[in-house]
Parts: sequence; structure tokens; C-alpha cells
Amino acid sequence: MTATTPPATGSVSGQRSYPGYGRPFWQRLLLRRESAIIALLVAVILVASASVPHFAAPITYNFLLLDMAPVLLIALPMTLIIITGEIDLSVASAMGLASSIIGLLTQSHWPFPAAAGVALLVGAAGGAVNGILVTRVGLPSLAVTIGTLALYRGLAQGLLGTTAVTSFPTFWTDLATSTLPGTLIPSVTILIVVLAILFGLLLHFTPFGRGIYAIGLSSDAAAFSGVKIQRTKFILFMLAGLVSALAGIFYTLRFGSARGDNATGLELSVIAAVLLGGVSIFGGRGALPGVLAGALLIGVLASALRLAGITSDVINVITGTLLVLSVILTSFLAWVQRTRLSAGRKRRETRGPASS
Amino acid sequence: MNSLRRVTRARETGILLAFLLVVIVTTAKNPAFVFSPDGFRDLLVTPMLVLLIAVGEAMVIITRNVDLSVGSVIGLTAYTAGTLFKYTDIPWPLVALIAVAGGAVLGAVNGLLISIAKVPSLVITLGTLYAFRGINVLWTGSNRINSTDIPNDFQGIGTAQLIFIPVITVIAAVVLVLAAWYLRNIRGGREFYAIGSDPDAANLYGLKVGRRVLLAFIVSGTLAGLAGVLYVARYGTVDSQAGSGFELQAVGAAVIGGVAIFGGVGSVWGAAIGAMLLLTINRALPVLGIQDFWQQAVVGALIIGAIVLDRVLALRQARRLTVMEDSA
Repeated sequence: MTATTPPATGSVSGQRSYPGYGRPFWQRLLLRRESAIIALLVAVILVASASVPHFAAPITYNFLLLDMAPVLLIALPMTLIIITGEIDLSVASAMGLASSIIGLLTQSHWPFPAAAGVALLVGAAGGAVNGILVTRVGLPSLAVTIGTLALYRGLAQGLLGTTAVTSFPTFWTDLATSTLPGTLIPSVTILIVVLAILFGLLLHFTPFGRGIYAIGLSSDAAAFSGVKIQRTKFILFMLAGLVSALAGIFYTLRFGSARGDNATGLELSVIAAVLLGGVSIFGGRGALPGVLAGALLIGVLASALRLAGITSDVINVITGTLLVLSVILTSFLAWVQRTRLSAGRKRRETRGPASS
Repeated sequence: MNSLRRVTRARETGILLAFLLVVIVTTAKNPAFVFSPDGFRDLLVTPMLVLLIAVGEAMVIITRNVDLSVGSVIGLTAYTAGTLFKYTDIPWPLVALIAVAGGAVLGAVNGLLISIAKVPSLVITLGTLYAFRGINVLWTGSNRINSTDIPNDFQGIGTAQLIFIPVITVIAAVVLVLAAWYLRNIRGGREFYAIGSDPDAANLYGLKVGRRVLLAFIVSGTLAGLAGVLYVARYGTVDSQAGSGFELQAVGAAVIGGVAIFGGVGSVWGAAIGAMLLLTINRALPVLGIQDFWQQAVVGALIIGAIVLDRVLALRQARRLTVMEDSA
């Protein structure tokens, strides 16, 4: 269940050894994948600040955070879901659905908070539908959420058609793009930080969170040690729906426009950020700081390239390449570690009889 | 079990019936849906691009993998073909061949990354979905290939007919029959199912798992390349977004057609009928008076309905087997 450390390479011929703990704490901290991503993020920021004109300006970070806010928000529950070994592809469609619903309700003169409340409820309900299909009916989440990806998007587009609702109370649209007094940090950062802390506590410091890792590493073992697998997964899918709706509301307010096709394709950016941040697609491994760094890395690269005058579409190549490289690198490092371990074991074995 | 019962029990039969139902209901409402030259053509031609990639996708999914990059491969190969038409005088059969081969290479890139690096295909093809599309956008920019750039005899493929069947449909049907025959009757094809059912067991049994998976991805890439070429022939214009979103239609068609997402189960027939159903519903909804904004919702409901149905049938089957075991 020690998810933030390299896999404890189990017992070797009856003799237990935990190579992950064979090093001092600071080395274990530095050699983690999350640290690599964070270091890469810092390096990219430094290089970009030095070489790209205007990158170091605070306004860059303002736009960067506003652009990445939905990805950062949804990446939080997505991390937990992927650590249990499941996946949710329907998050961007849930954003679109939430956007359509507040658009529709605002159009029929509902007060905005009530409309947002309904949108959040619908988001949570959408997540619950995913959760029920995965846990009660026992379907693979990949297939289920490909279905609800189409279903929720279809509902969003069916509800609003081609119309775009743009008449939102200025108080709320201003709030979405407002900054903290005296700075250029967008207010939504507070929301992100609070949710990140909550999810971080939930994942890394509660029995519920330990259960999430246990499920991802071995569902059977988790069940035998008393983890409520179905309930955990159900809650996680519902949280994903809820946070997606929240991100959808923010997205709508930020651009002042509710449309059925808002945020199409965003699920790929979220999943890319999560995997880039060191979460294993097989489940059981990963940590939130790495994921946040992964999402920011994508955002920083995008805005640096945009400022450097390269078309913003290059970011797709970079996101894709980073994603592929990061997983290949993980396999490669694991292979290096395995070969080094087995070489070391051979040395010990050949030395063993001689010394006795 | 006699052959008649096998046919009625087959998962593909249900989807075929659903497809026929959609066609019959829509035709009853508006006979032009089938009984007009245009309607008949659209019925046969429109689903073919998705059908082609759904066949490749089904082969990949049967090996317990998934290929999310097919839409981007269509985009790249279509633009390659268009560019060759626009700036060179290479005869069109050669252009088509180059584009299809390009698709095969892109598929091989996916397959090699997956089988050598032992990384899940979902992650790799998600990455190449971005990367291929990004390369396409970089290359294309805001350019587009217009139908005036494309030789007439090549565009003729998009509208030509063999007796009364459109040529594009004939091509897709040939591919479908070949793929189905390979999966059903050839040793290599059976190994796809063995690998998808249990990769570890297949490996222990001595099957070359990596090589088969690589082959599945090359086939998927090749068919996406073919779909890219036909995209140019059918639509005549190519921009940087050609084929985007096709990957979900391909996976959706396969899943609706009874190809289990965890491998080992299903057939390319099912995936092909799934593609026909998906795209025919798209065209049927406006005829039935449902605004086509709801189209995706119907698709989603279909996918979920199909997998829930599969699950229920599987559970019932398992129960019947236990009863048989108990009574034996």
C-alpha cells in the first residue's frame, strides 16, 4: 500500500527485502517520479522565463491558471479514480451538461446560484450513474464512460441545440475572472488550492485513501482486508461528476457563454495530465503533487510556446510526446532497476556460500 | 446446437435486427430514406469510413488493447494524399498506396511502442492521438485541400458504382470479409482471441503475443489509412481536423457490436453492423422528427444499453452453466 514509493519488490527466495527503503529518506523523496515531474516543471519555467520574452510577467500566470483551472480541478478526482484502476472518460461531457443546464435555467430567469446548484446536482447524478454501472452492474469503466461520454454530451447538445446563452449576471462572470486583491492571481486559484488540499488529505491521510491504493494494487486483497470496494468506487465516480460540473460552471462563467459543445475533448487533457504526473494507468501508484505538476507543465509549455510565437497547436504534439515519453521512461527505469537488482542478487548469491 | 439456433442466439443478430428496425421505421415514415437513388447511396456509403476503422478497432480490442489514434491517422493520411494530389503528378493509385502505407507505418509506431515498451495501449494511443493530430495541424495550418486539387478520376471513386453498389461499399465489404475470414479460420486470427482472453496464458502457451499485438495495430493503422484515402475521394476537401472524433465512433461501433472491451470476445461482423447502426441512426433521427442535436445522446444510450445487455446475457449464461454442472 506504500504507493508513493517505488514498488516494494516483494520477497526474494524467502528473504524479504524492500529495496525502496534501502536508501535514506531524502534520496527516496528525490528519486520519485513526482519529483522528476516537479523538477521538469521548475526547469521549464526557468528556461521559459529566461528565454521567452514576457513569460515572466504575472499576467502570463493569470491566463495560465485560468486556462488550466478546469483541468487542474478535474484531475483531482480523476487521479483517485485512476489509482483504483478505473477511468472516467465522461468528465468533459459532464462539464458540457452542467454548462447547458445553467444556460437553460438562466435563460428561464432562475437566480444564478439556484441554477448552479441544479447543475452540480446533475453532475453528481451523472457521476452516480457511472458509479452504479461500474459497481452494481459490474461493467468495465472504460466502456461505461465511453457510453456516458456520448450520452452526456448528447444531452447537453439536445438541451441547448445550437443556441449559446450569454446573459449571465455580471457579478458571477466577473467573479470567475477576478483576481485576488492586489495581485494578478485569479480567484479560482483559491478554489483549486482548497480542493487540492481536501483531495490530498483524502487520498494520502485517511483510511479511505489508503483503501484507494489497496484497490488499485489488488482488488481481492483489498476486499479481504475490509476495504469497501464498491462503495469507494461509487463515491469517487460521484465526486468526479460533481467536480466536473463545478469546472463546467467555471468554464461557462469565464467565457460568459453556455454551449452544448463547451469543453469538448477536455477529458484527454485531464487524463494526459494525470498520467504525466506519475499515476500508473494500472492503478495503485501515483500521488497528487505530481498530478498538479503534470497539469501545470502542460499549461506552462502551452503558454510559453504561444508567447514564443509558435502556433498554439504545437501543444498537442508536446502533450502527446510527453505522455508517450513519460510512460516509456517509466518502463525503462523499471527495467533498469530490475536488471540492477537481479545483478546484485546474483553477486550476493555467488558470494554467499564462499563467506559461510 | 444446430446452426439455426446458433444464428438466432448470436450477439450480431440482435444488432442486425436493431439496424433493420431503424431502417424500416424510418423508411415507413419517409420512403425516400431507402427508395431513392440518393437515399440508397447514403445508406450504403455513409457508414463505410467508420466501418473500416471499426473493423481494425475490433481486431485491436479483441487482443485486449485499444487504438484511440485512428481518427488522427485518418487526418494525417487524408492530408498526405491531398497534398500529393495538389503538388505532384504522381498517378492516383500510387498516391492511394502511399497514404495507406503511411497509415500502416503510424499503426506500427503504436504497436512497437506498446509491444516493446510494454505500456498499456490506452496511454500510448492517447499520446499518439495528440501527437499525430498535432503534426497534422503543424503541417496543414489553415490550409485545406479543395476538390479542385483532386484528379477527377480519383474523385470518381467516391461516386462510382459497381452495377448498383457504390464502389466504396464494395471496398469496405471486401476488407470486412477478409478480416472476418482471417479471425475465424486462420491460426493467427484465433491467436488474437487467445491473447485477448488471457495474455499471460497465451504467452505461457508459446504464442508470440507481442508480434500479434503489433500486427493488430498495423492492421488498424492500415485500415485508418484506407479510410483516409476514401475520405478524400468522398468529401473532396481535407482540412487539419479531418477525421477527428472518429476514434470514439470506432470504439462505440465495436462495443455496440458485441466486442467486449476486455478482449477475447466479439467479431468484426458485429463491429461492422454496429457502425452501420450508429451512422444510420444519425441520418434517421431528423427523418423521424427528432432534432439531430440529440443524436449523440442516442449513441450513448445505445452503447450503454449494449454493454448492459451483454452483461445480463453473460450472467444468465453463467447461471445456466452452473445449473447444468449441478444436475450433471
